[in-house]
Amino acid sequence: MTNTATNLQMFETGSSTNFLDAVLAKHGSEPSALIPILQDIQENDRYLSQEAMDQVAHALDLSAATVYGVATFYAQFSLEPKGKYVVKVCDGTACHVRGSLPVYEALRKRVGLANGTFTTTNGRYTVETVSCLGACVLAPVITINDQVYGHLTVDAVNMIIDTLEREGEHDD
Amino acid sequence: MIRTGEDIQVVQQSYGQALKRATARIVVCAGPGCVASGSPLVYQALLEELQKRNLYTTVDCLMEEERDGSGMLVTNSGCQGFCQQGPLVRVEPEGVLYTKVSPADVLEIVDAVEAGAVVKRLCYREPDTHQTIVHEQDIPFYKNQVRVALANCGVVDPGDIRAYIHRGGYQGLAAALERTSEDVIEIVSRAHLRGRGGGGFPAGRKWAIAARQEADQKYMICNGDEGDPGAFMDRSIMEGDPHSVIEGMLIGGYAIGANTGYIYVRAEYPLAVKRLQQTIAEATKYGLLGNRILGTDFSFHIHVKEGAGAFVCGEESALIASVEGRRGMPRPKPPFPAVAGLWGAPTVINNVETLANVPRILTKGADWFRSIGREQSPGTKTFALTGEVENTGLIEVPMGLALEDIVFQIGGGIRGGGELKAVQIGGPSGGCLTKEQMGISLDFDSLQEVGAMIGSGGLVVMDENTCVVEVARFFMNFIQNESCGKCTFCREGTLQMLRILQRIVDGGGTEEDLDLLVEIGEMVQLGSLCGLGKSAPNPILSTLENFREEYLMHVLDKRCPAGVCNNLRRFVIQADKCRHCAQCAKVCPANAITGSRTESYRIDQGKCVKCGACLSACRLDAIEEVY
Repeated sequence: MTNTATNLQMFETGSSTNFLDAVLAKHGSEPSALIPILQDIQENDRYLSQEAMDQVAHALDLSAATVYGVATFYAQFSLEPKGKYVVKVCDGTACHVRGSLPVYEALRKRVGLANGTFTTTNGRYTVETVSCLGACVLAPVITINDQVYGHLTVDAVNMIIDTLEREGEHDD
Repeated sequence: MIRTGEDIQVVQQSYGQALKRATARIVVCAGPGCVASGSPLVYQALLEELQKRNLYTTVDCLMEEERDGSGMLVTNSGCQGFCQQGPLVRVEPEGVLYTKVSPADVLEIVDAVEAGAVVKRLCYREPDTHQTIVHEQDIPFYKNQVRVALANCGVVDPGDIRAYIHRGGYQGLAAALERTSEDVIEIVSRAHLRGRGGGGFPAGRKWAIAARQEADQKYMICNGDEGDPGAFMDRSIMEGDPHSVIEGMLIGGYAIGANTGYIYVRAEYPLAVKRLQQTIAEATKYGLLGNRILGTDFSFHIHVKEGAGAFVCGEESALIASVEGRRGMPRPKPPFPAVAGLWGAPTVINNVETLANVPRILTKGADWFRSIGREQSPGTKTFALTGEVENTGLIEVPMGLALEDIVFQIGGGIRGGGELKAVQIGGPSGGCLTKEQMGISLDFDSLQEVGAMIGSGGLVVMDENTCVVEVARFFMNFIQNESCGKCTFCREGTLQMLRILQRIVDGGGTEEDLDLLVEIGEMVQLGSLCGLGKSAPNPILSTLENFREEYLMHVLDKRCPAGVCNNLRRFVIQADKCRHCAQCAKVCPANAITGSRTESYRIDQGKCVKCGACLSACRLDAIEEVY
């Protein structure tokens, strides 16, 4: 349970001012720096909070609407916190014809996602589809925090999540 | 530090001599396929085994101690192509290819290399003849390929610039800098190099337009936003031979008069981003990027821009908007980017594979390039061969090769001896080709004629277990998600087409829906600004034309002959086989099965939820799935 508590706390806090300053220093404050800045915040916080977007808008002298527009345009950004494990199920053509959707459904069921949601209530897993990971020969393929798993079956998915769950027990 | 063309040759020669001094070079594939199947562990095991036996050496050691036979090299390479058989390990200079290698095989491999022998059991076995093929170049998968853009991919260590130079790298740049920029453009124009990203626009003409513009600032952009689902050629080049992309950009930059370049890489390729950044740092260290390159007045700097997950950014004007930090939405053309592009400056955008071809054209000449492929589509094309084919992987063939040669000779036919049904080419902008069209020549113009396109080069082979209607729905779902929303026809039209297709696969479609799809499709083609919208209906229109029968089965008979569309599945109990055990009725979640000890069981199709539980519960095989 401690794990969940820490996660939630982190979600609420969002980016520290120091972190934002460092990111701004790294990328500069030209309008073209907007996407790289948001990418760094997304990576650090696992989402873009409204405060973070406001601060970025202020620092780059852009309207809040412009920042929000960019944040909602690109699939990489999320306005809600993503889970500790981000599971990306490839639904490219090759994966699709070799059964990516049953894998996706099995994953959702295994981690207990309710209809219409993508992140578990304990903030542990986010399960989403991506259009193509470019690893078509491994179809169907998923990544969990950028670790690649190929030639997946429903059984394999359950085994992978079991392993993550066991690791989770250590954390607690 | 490299300051002249001669310096390049010095590096080339000294590296070549060092390689020759090694007793062997063991190349472990580190392409995405092989890495996921465990090639890093194989590499590690090889390294440790060679060190244990005191056989291990590095190129640097060989360069210093000029002694022959003083050890073995072990290096990584980018994708070697034959991903189906990974992890791959190739032993040079003989070119012995080991397939499906595990760390447990390493002892045997090192023993064999030491003894000058071959571990036959790890070599590729031809499935038909059961013949063992030792050398890579004799395997049918490789034998029928011609590698130009991929010439170094899977051969060189992508992390070592000297390996690239050893293979003739940066000599294209040296050749270009000895000429005027006009001459360079003339060579590329004469080679008739056409854009490999899908459009097929002549690169030379694009360069000429940008070169003509009077401007203080011009830009060269490499489009590495390979978003087509089912395509990974550009990824393989960026990860496996990144210097060829850098060199291509340098030559383009010199030709058009640009001193700054951007490589736009999609966010889903983190390794490519890292590799390119390292490559830029390495080329800068060697003086091949930066100021006064090779002692000339030409200066060039390259930055990597990471995409953020938007398919439409593969379109030139959307890509520019994204680099500028805005939403990636296309704008009307003209003006074309070559006239007014990034921050209003003349900008040339070339695809990764196009740029990888450029250095070779400069070193080998336009005539050489034109001697490969077709008159109007010279050169080669890389394809990602995937789906239900025996040999999946990364391939490169001369333009104009027949599709059937790719599927059956290189691809080894349909997996598990199945029946070929269709080949999807060109991703969401392309179309589905039928069995009857397998003789088609793969080049820009022949495909255009049949409503498909080469696209960036994804080839997904489908067997009879694939439902083309469902595939059409899949592509429309993708496009509808990725439409940027600017043009009404694309935004609303794709949504309506998706709804109709969803209705058809769910069993609620009518024959009129098919006409409606064509009507909306044609309007979306006409009413969209960019290539995404213009080509969005292609997968539907081409399948409607080539597989109309299958659509009709879905809408009229409510049947899916491939057995894919869940709502159209039908389960029937065969009365003569049923022994009234009631197992099926017990597991049915919808209480759709009724019967008694005397009366045979039957399924109420109206109540059935198509879950298939009865099928697996029946021990007498009395339940049949009807397609």
